Amino acid sequence: MDEATRSLLDALVADARESTADLARQTGLDEAAVEERLAELEESGALRGYTAIVDWDAVDEERVSAVVEVNVELDRETDYDDIARRIAESPAVDSLRLMSGDYDFAVNVSGSSMGDVSRFVSEEVAPLPAVTKTVTHYVMETFKERGIRFTDHDDDDRLSVTP
Amino acid sequence: MSGNGNGNGERAGNGEGVGDGDRAGTGDHPATDGGTAEGSPRTEEGEEDSARFAPADRVESVPPSGIREFFEVAENRDDVISLGVGEPDFTAPWPARSAAIDSLERGRTSYTANRGMLDLRRAIAERVTRYGQSYDPDSEVLVTTGASEAVDLAFRAFVNPGDTVALPTPTYVSYEPGVRFAGGEPLPVHTRHEDDWALTPEALREAGADEADVLVLCYPNNPTGATMDADEMDAVAAFCREHDLLVVADEIYAALTYDGDHQSVATRTGMRERTVVINGFSKAYAMTGLRLGYAMGPKPAIDAMTKVHQYAMLSAPTTAQHAAVAAIERCDDEVERMRREYDRRRRYVVSRLRELGIEVSEPGGAFYAFPRVAEVAPDGDARAFATELLEAEGVAAVPGTAFGTGGEGHIRISYATGLDDLKEAMARLERFLS
Repeated sequence: MDEATRSLLDALVADARESTADLARQTGLDEAAVEERLAELEESGALRGYTAIVDWDAVDEERVSAVVEVNVELDRETDYDDIARRIAESPAVDSLRLMSGDYDFAVNVSGSSMGDVSRFVSEEVAPLPAVTKTVTHYVMETFKERGIRFTDHDDDDRLSVTP
Repeated sequence: MSGNGNGNGERAGNGEGVGDGDRAGTGDHPATDGGTAEGSPRTEEGEEDSARFAPADRVESVPPSGIREFFEVAENRDDVISLGVGEPDFTAPWPARSAAIDSLERGRTSYTANRGMLDLRRAIAERVTRYGQSYDPDSEVLVTTGASEAVDLAFRAFVNPGDTVALPTPTYVSYEPGVRFAGGEPLPVHTRHEDDWALTPEALREAGADEADVLVLCYPNNPTGATMDADEMDAVAAFCREHDLLVVADEIYAALTYDGDHQSVATRTGMRERTVVINGFSKAYAMTGLRLGYAMGPKPAIDAMTKVHQYAMLSAPTTAQHAAVAAIERCDDEVERMRREYDRRRRYVVSRLRELGIEVSEPGGAFYAFPRVAEVAPDGDARAFATELLEAEGVAAVPGTAFGTGGEGHIRISYATGLDDLKEAMARLERFLS
């Protein structure tokens, strides 16, 4: 990956709403080149989407999130991809990862109530033949999400002018 | 004690009506006089105190920092977006902070060796090999209380009264006062916007630096962000060899180089033996408040600087030295992350300035841009421009003259601030210009 592409991705990770003009200013590319590079990244699957990070508490929206650990047992007909494909079907799933360690999949789930999450686990995950165990951890508070801190630690206490 | 300057027994700058004009004559030192509950007594007008503490001539001869003066103005406003901060907006990487905490928990609060902890000197010596530098950690590295102390030590160790010290201008604010405090004579060498602020043998010759004793280099540069390429550095090195100049190379921004590799004058043929290289942890590792720097050079140079250091400072702060070891050993990724972030901001700021019709050289390092505002400033005066920009739009950028006469017509913009603030500052600048 060249330096301009790396800068482009850094800029988007920091702020996915950056205008093409600002992306051009930050990367040293011209606007047309930025558009072209973005199209290539999207086409190749390197750029999978542009999303917002919302602190739902701040807008008084009831939102329940959980991390569900899922253990599975494979057989000759079923592999991890098959199971993952099935679990990922649910709109409640925010992220799904195959893990090393004590369990196989980590599923980040969200819904408007604990009932939503429970239903997802009991009706969409647990009944799968390959699933041997689930453990659900409800999120009590979010402090940082995809690099963005939800707490106010950003006070700049530097002097306003220094050498 | 130096001479009194006016030949009549009164020290310069003490005004009139001062009794004996002799600082030590009355014997009534404020700390021991009076003993009132309110503390040290003060004269009605404070004149007696100022007579006692009339500065030495070499101190009196140095004007207050132009940055400090501007700081006073900026500090009195609460809506300021500051582009005047020469300090990373990142926090020191956690492994460095953790090592500092750990050192305190273990009670490592003693002095270290004058030269600094050997572990740290070894780590430093290993680290600078990436710039092609090679120093013996036992005898050729000195750990100091910030790079600032290292600069001061170099001047005090190698500048004799009356020696000429060539200072490319514009440059960091502390060099000229440091030279004067050491009794030397600063010789300004004007670098030019048209040369992207690189130092050239022609500029050195024009300024008379062939007769100088010492040359101070600061690349990547504060305030211009300029770097030198290999050929340019070769040419300066040749000049130094030809005219037998000792070089103090302040490379505090070496790790914040964006285009190409950092070029150190000390790696040129015949230069290691005449160069003291200075570096530190403030900029690359965002450890400004931990005050840790270092100097590297041939043993006799480091011996001389250590002699001054051991009487003035004894040793650099122990806690900070522990943090520095961790910084070198465990924080490369963080440094690279910060460098990339500065790089994006650099491109953004330069692009916006140019779109606004303001000329600016491409800064190759540090975190400063040094745009030319003479054409858009009242009477071409960059100081007036900076003041009006601050007053009208609440954007603080430092007038270029704070960095010497070579900064006329320019302002320094620091991009060690978040992109959102930079965008807002540039929008305000655009409004100010329209």
